[in-house]
Amino acid sequence: MTPPSAEAATLGSASAIDRRRPSFAIGPIAWLRANLFSSWLSTAVTLALAYVLVSWTLSFVNWAVVNAIWDVPGTGQQVDTSACRAARGEGACWALIGEKYRFILFGLYPFDEQWRPALVVVIFVALYVISAMRRFWRKELALIWLVALSVIGVLMWGGVFGLPAVEQERWGGLVITLILATFGIAFAFPLSILVALGRRQTSMPAVKALCVVYIELIRGVPLISLLFMASVMFPLFLPEGMNIDKLLRAQIAIILFAGAYLAEVVRGGLQAIPKGQYEAADALGLTYWQKTGLIILPQALKISIPPLVNTFIGMFKDTSLVLIIGIFDLLNTAKTSVIEPAWQGFGVEAYLFVAAIYFVFCFAMSKYSQDLERELDKGRKR
Amino acid sequence: MAEVVELGKVQVRSAVQPDAQPMIELRKVNKWFGALHVLRDVSLTVRERERVVVCGPSGSGKSTMIRCINRLETHQEGEIIVDGIKLTDDLRNIDAIRREVGMVFQSFNLFPHLTILENCTLAPIWVRKMPKKEAEELAMEFLTRVRIPEQAKKYPGQLSGGQQQRVAIARALCMRPKIMLFDEPTSALDPEMIKEVLDVMVELAESGMTMVVVTHEMGFARTVADRVVFMDRGEVVEVGPPKDFFGNPRSDRLRTFLSQILGH
Repeated sequence: MTPPSAEAATLGSASAIDRRRPSFAIGPIAWLRANLFSSWLSTAVTLALAYVLVSWTLSFVNWAVVNAIWDVPGTGQQVDTSACRAARGEGACWALIGEKYRFILFGLYPFDEQWRPALVVVIFVALYVISAMRRFWRKELALIWLVALSVIGVLMWGGVFGLPAVEQERWGGLVITLILATFGIAFAFPLSILVALGRRQTSMPAVKALCVVYIELIRGVPLISLLFMASVMFPLFLPEGMNIDKLLRAQIAIILFAGAYLAEVVRGGLQAIPKGQYEAADALGLTYWQKTGLIILPQALKISIPPLVNTFIGMFKDTSLVLIIGIFDLLNTAKTSVIEPAWQGFGVEAYLFVAAIYFVFCFAMSKYSQDLERELDKGRKR
Repeated sequence: MAEVVELGKVQVRSAVQPDAQPMIELRKVNKWFGALHVLRDVSLTVRERERVVVCGPSGSGKSTMIRCINRLETHQEGEIIVDGIKLTDDLRNIDAIRREVGMVFQSFNLFPHLTILENCTLAPIWVRKMPKKEAEELAMEFLTRVRIPEQAKKYPGQLSGGQQQRVAIARALCMRPKIMLFDEPTSALDPEMIKEVLDVMVELAESGMTMVVVTHEMGFARTVADRVVFMDRGEVVEVGPPKDFFGNPRSDRLRTFLSQILGH
């Protein structure tokens, strides 16, 4: 028996114990050092930026909180906004929001009935929350949507169950934005999937050509021109006496527009799926729609989540373009709220208010999509 | 070049009955990719329970040939008859054949978004309309046969290449096919994983499955094949039982191929 040599010992199991990472490389101090103060130059840049950041934040807080006017005497036509005028440039006039928030959120909807659009907003948000949860991703979800959208229709139009009828021209504010965005996405997304699939049909040249023409034509013009066409030109082609309401026409324009963009996003996802996945599905005897629905789309849509959500967010904000054809969406009601002489010049406050609303919805979409991506990745990677 | 993997010395006994019916018939099949003539008058008959190994240099058309059998590629001339059904453009015939023919690919092609179990139950549930519970029992049975039942809840990305390929075999078997096609099943595997896949294939051969295997594993061909087919430049050059094929090759082309693949 020979004693184990030194070399054998280092190769043996004794040396396989993991050594702890040296402590100077971890912790917040190490992070600050490495990222903010690694050299004289970076220290200087860090300090300069910190100064700018702090001074801007302070002046914004001064304007938005410390010097802000939260209330003004009087209301309606008799309002006295002199306090706000005196503070202009020094402090924000949040009194405007207190006075006008009902108009900004609900437009010209009859004041006493505004609980209805308020309830509709709540229903919309509840729909988003439920649809976002993966455990509700079943067939019943479609039913929930159908019921919810019917309830929304009843609430908005009224005329039944003792609710006074409200014509569509009086709808406005956040509800319009949510209607346009929700229906827009709900219809444009399935449409875009069909168009993207159609564009890849080499065996059906007519279908393929139709899809290409649709995408190129719609994508090639600005949304505003589509909205103009929907609001001005389209009625000229309708038979006498027939009238499709303006909101619906704008809605269709938005769906077609978003559909073309989304179709290209989905097509990008489809192209990333390896040929082997199609072949494996074929070899198992799956039909075209089984293959597409069970194998290809789940993978293609998952990798398309970032660009899809990008387009959804863009679309949510693009609904504000309907103000150009006289529909009172959230941005338009904000703009209109500062038209009265008493409130003129306080656009910044109104726009900040609606910007915050837009931000909440868009940020929620963005955050949710990141969580969804992470969740769909869970356990599927080594 | 490919090493010969030892699979035990025992030859797997032929399961072909004297009166066995032809399961696959290729008659003068021709195929072109554009102007490139990739299959030239390929004729081959595979009988019930017969095991045919196809080899040949890369680009010889062997993969294209077996991919024609379940219509992953279309041929332009000649006839292909599988289990008595003639392959035409008729989608019903294609679907009927694909239900009876299982295929294993070089790159596994498992569905990465589904668990191992779901990979195996998908086709029985959707194509064979089997109740989910029954499909799961069937899948577990085959996963046990390929020796990875404990991985059923994992996703393909969490398995090694050899394990993935065994899942792919189980997935194909869950359709209870009459014929199994293997398109270079071990070519994408690390050497230490080749044997675990070949072992499963040998067991499948022992069970009497009709198999067509495109492979460079000559050890497997020796142990398992009833006949070995040599293809070169789109033609079937030589067909014979492994003893003659390896011991007494008639054509120069096969001799050259064998010396390249075995000799060093």
